[in-house]
Amino acid sequence: MGGARLALSVALSLILQPALPLLAQSTLPQPSAPPFAVTPEDGQWSIPQKNFASTRYSDLSEINTDNVKSLQVAFTFSTGVNKGQESAPLVVGGTMYVLSPYPNILYALDLTRPGAPMKWQYNPKPAAAAQGVACCDVVNRGPTFANGRIFFTTLDAHVVAVNAETGEEVWKTKLGDINRGETMTMAPLVAKDKVFVGISGGEYGVRGWIQALDANTGQSVWKAYNTGPDQDVKIGPNFKPFYDSDKGKDLGVTTWPADAWQQGGGTVWGWLSYDPDLNLLYHGTGNPGPWNPNQRPGDNKWTAGIFARDPDTGEARWFYQTAPHDLHDWDNINELILLDMEWEGKPRKVLVHPGRTGFLYVIDRTTGEVLSAKPFHALTAVTGVDLQTGRIQYNSEKEPVNNRVIRDICPTAPGAKDWNPSAFSHKTGLLYIPHMNMCMDWESVEPNYIAGTPYVGAEVRMYPGPGGHMGEFTAWDIREGKELWTINERFPLWSGALATAGDVVFYGTMDGWFKAVHARSGEVLWQFKVDSGIIGQPTTYRGPDGKQYVAILSGVGGWAGAIVSGDLDPRDGTAAKGFANAMRELKNVTTKGGTLYVFKLP
Amino acid sequence: MRRLLVMSLTALALAACEREDREYRANPVTSETNEKIALSPLSAGPSGPTEQRSGLGKEYEENAYHISQGQRLYVWFNCNGCHANGGGDSGPALMDDRWIYGGQIGNIVQTIREGRPNGMPSFRGKIPDDQIWQIAAYIRSMGRNVPKAAAPGRKDDLSPGPAEQRRPPGEVIDGGQTPPSAQMPQ
Repeated sequence: MGGARLALSVALSLILQPALPLLAQSTLPQPSAPPFAVTPEDGQWSIPQKNFASTRYSDLSEINTDNVKSLQVAFTFSTGVNKGQESAPLVVGGTMYVLSPYPNILYALDLTRPGAPMKWQYNPKPAAAAQGVACCDVVNRGPTFANGRIFFTTLDAHVVAVNAETGEEVWKTKLGDINRGETMTMAPLVAKDKVFVGISGGEYGVRGWIQALDANTGQSVWKAYNTGPDQDVKIGPNFKPFYDSDKGKDLGVTTWPADAWQQGGGTVWGWLSYDPDLNLLYHGTGNPGPWNPNQRPGDNKWTAGIFARDPDTGEARWFYQTAPHDLHDWDNINELILLDMEWEGKPRKVLVHPGRTGFLYVIDRTTGEVLSAKPFHALTAVTGVDLQTGRIQYNSEKEPVNNRVIRDICPTAPGAKDWNPSAFSHKTGLLYIPHMNMCMDWESVEPNYIAGTPYVGAEVRMYPGPGGHMGEFTAWDIREGKELWTINERFPLWSGALATAGDVVFYGTMDGWFKAVHARSGEVLWQFKVDSGIIGQPTTYRGPDGKQYVAILSGVGGWAGAIVSGDLDPRDGTAAKGFANAMRELKNVTTKGGTLYVFKLP
Repeated sequence: MRRLLVMSLTALALAACEREDREYRANPVTSETNEKIALSPLSAGPSGPTEQRSGLGKEYEENAYHISQGQRLYVWFNCNGCHANGGGDSGPALMDDRWIYGGQIGNIVQTIREGRPNGMPSFRGKIPDDQIWQIAAYIRSMGRNVPKAAAPGRKDDLSPGPAEQRRPPGEVIDGGQTPPSAQMPQ
């Protein structure tokens, strides 16, 4: 996927406006959102994923391709925290909920009054020391709403339930220990009266798990680890993985050197999806620990893969490992988008997943069978995915060797795409993927496990991929397995995407532009320069006045923006685990921030 | 002539002694040097804070052996996991001139031993006292706050940038410097 070809496809799509003829060429119908995600639009945005299928699509269409150019600021709000703002602003009824990074303050804004003044704020007062064991800035990926309560995680590994009306704490449960490097950064998912949450700390030798809490009491209902004996992983007779390499007893122990699984990672810090029809909960697992693969020969089950679990018991149903014996920190926690599509003449319930490995996976979500895996990023470290065995094919020349610098590895440690979620338009049937275009040099060095300190063992420096730009916003045709158009960005894209029925798609850039693009042609229809770089998740809602609004948090940071949010010194290319090497210029174009922007038509 | 050569070589070797001086009997883990350092330039009364610095730091930060040991220990104790090769990561940069808790070697020793409230773990009882001083001396070399002759000339692993020895002499804005990122509520 060379830069030249991308530029050509962008040019082509601009010429072919509107690009409808391009779409009409195929006879197959586009994939569609499953019925449980196609409910009448209520104008709210109550969970970061928008719906259980994680499509991040709103049926609101007042803002469309013709009038989006007139968008203007309706109101703003300061989160009071100058760290990376990865959270999604939620709207339930007449209230907006905004969650700051550490110290994880939850604000409720009254949308029924002019200027959306603050109704209340809730401060969980997390331990300050937790900042020392947060690998990549002190981010939080959002609160979630269910049954009159807001649920969120805190950096010092607590889960909180707050009364959405009054801001009063309903319960608060401690689930991890910062002295073991355990933190929490993910947005919980609530279904069937259970709060599903996982632990962060894949860079600290944390043994990853996912847990279900009773939404009413905060008590643990079940807990499943992602390394170790089958009993801990909740693998039993109903576990039916599609591929042979995932079959066998206690693979979470036998695919590791003795006892290494106890510091083996496989954390759960990304996105969950839920299929109420199949009654399956889907979650990814993070990278194995340490990063240095030479210290952990074997497939390192059950890290860097996808689990389907029974949400009632936690029992595993299937697993697919995107990166067996992960070589390059390729966590598999990215968004899992549930769609229905026709595959080789038959209707299939699929799970679509743009992975850190550089492949866009289409997986049968009933069985775990990989239907296709097509690259969306320049690749040197991998050559493909063998659909017979499901195994990724690593390029042996790019495999880490202790104390030797291996050059030109693409994609990088944060992957072709990190946590920032794609959006699927129910209307165009396309997937909009904010991702990166980067390569890296990597040297494996021997790490030393000291609980509560990093367990990595790699010296890394990253740089732009082919073409010299580091970010790409791609419209992807899932059915054809190819990109339709791509917008190149100077810096990596670390913000999520939002798709709307007005055929307008939104995303933000690290140099502070909030953009609205045409869902079919990729033409940039409107852009607005906010006060700091954007790494948040755009959302849209219908206000109490009946108008459509679009919301985004600005405030650069996260792993990619740590150079700004953490005041890192750009003379050291290995700062921020090598990301600083590529991001030196970010210091010259943006400063820290933490502001909510809400836009509307005049 | 030959005697003169030997004498001059001996003189030269002696002159280089300070750079290469090393102690063979280190302090046991439990003992602590007791620096009395104020973290604020302000004190009650007009005279400034009362401090007692042992002056031990000079022996470490002007000594290539200690700095080089510190470079090794910096990795062994996972300092690089949070501070990278001085540019910082989850922990602040160490090669710049901003020092929240003071940039003199005694302050750095105290920071390593005591820990700090926003995420720096305490290493008391985990690292022998003389090794804490060695690590602190190496950290001082990152911003080239040590003599050029004593600063490390190379790094064995992937090059993050010019070696400490090749960096321009640094300045330390001492004590109580708050980085912009600490400008947060609470």
